[in-house]
Amino acid sequence: MATTDTQSSTKTMKLEVFRFLPDEGEPPSFQVYEVPYRDDWVVLDALNYIKDEIDGTLSYRWSCRMGVCGSCGMMVNGEPKLTCSAFLRDYYPQQIKVEPLSYFPVIRDLIINMDHFIDKMGEVKTWLIPAEDKPIEDGEYLQTPAQLAKYKQFTMCINCMLCYSACPVFGQNPDFIGPAAIALGQRYNLDSRDGGADERADVLFSDEGIWECTFVGECSEVCPKNVDPAGAIQMAKVTATNDWFKSFLMPGGRKKSGGNK
Amino acid sequence: MARSNEPAFWSLFSAGGMVAAFLFPAAIFITAYMVPAGKIEADNLRMVMSHPISRLLLVAMISLPLFHWAHRFRFVLVDLGIKGFKLPIAILFYGTAVGSTICAAYLLLV
Ligand code: SF4
Ligand code: FES
Repeated sequence: MATTDTQSSTKTMKLEVFRFLPDEGEPPSFQVYEVPYRDDWVVLDALNYIKDEIDGTLSYRWSCRMGVCGSCGMMVNGEPKLTCSAFLRDYYPQQIKVEPLSYFPVIRDLIINMDHFIDKMGEVKTWLIPAEDKPIEDGEYLQTPAQLAKYKQFTMCINCMLCYSACPVFGQNPDFIGPAAIALGQRYNLDSRDGGADERADVLFSDEGIWECTFVGECSEVCPKNVDPAGAIQMAKVTATNDWFKSFLMPGGRKKSGGNK
Repeated sequence: MARSNEPAFWSLFSAGGMVAAFLFPAAIFITAYMVPAGKIEADNLRMVMSHPISRLLLVAMISLPLFHWAHRFRFVLVDLGIKGFKLPIAILFYGTAVGSTICAAYLLLV
């Protein structure tokens, strides 16, 4: 072990990191750092090395280091990635360019402002709205494995926002509700315990919602959790179209959204 | 936020995609292989296709893929960043599809 360690620590690699320190009044720039190369290191390890050993002013978000918290998303060589899952060995010996997630306002260095994303989840109401009021004494809500399977994939989302940075539609229109918020809306719409599909439809099925999507499909490509937001959007388009036709057949039909449970 | 009327265009787009994916290959197979190979008599085919229901089907086969095209092109241009002209683009493309549908219906049904 020790020999491989010393061997690999002699190799180095360059990281070109986006810097933006608004307090100092400097325009955004790139700074190149040389870090030791280890084949078990990820981009986040290299950033931590920079912060600990070279330049303590570098700011970025991270927490779990294992692809579950969703806070370490950045652009790595122009692609949205979880930096805790992007291995240096996949880029070595080329230089790696690290930038904040695309299309979001930058607060400082690699930290983006995610307020809009949080607001969108609020607008879509990405939480369970119980279909029936049930007192606690009546026990739990039961669900079959088949009912669970309908929405389970969409529960895997870790809110990392990589899908937003991959979406050219979001790049053009920051008001687009966007892949993850729509997939999470579907997550609850498809839940047999939920009755909120209709409340969500006013946002999800609006022009800024699913209809803004031109089915580029990049969101599903970059998603580290295989949520397939593009699939969720297509599914929601079918539901919305059914609702739309129903609203002509039945007066007041527009009020009800089935959410195809 | 108001619910969108986009389903009107999207359902035409989807239907057009279905026609292009499933009916076009069948039509090409019949006209480009079955008829020249003598497996179907051209006169028989002409007879079947001159029935009013077949003509209606043909109009749909011509019209729906045009709406598919209109929708795709509209979004290709939007994706390319031509933002300010959303309405004229929509009118031009869907208008072309509507116009061509009228032509097809006139030629085949009247
Ligand atoms: S859908 Fe995937 S890429 Fe988008 S926020 Fe959720 S986990 Fe991240
Ligand atoms: S640090 Fe938690 S997902 Fe990367």
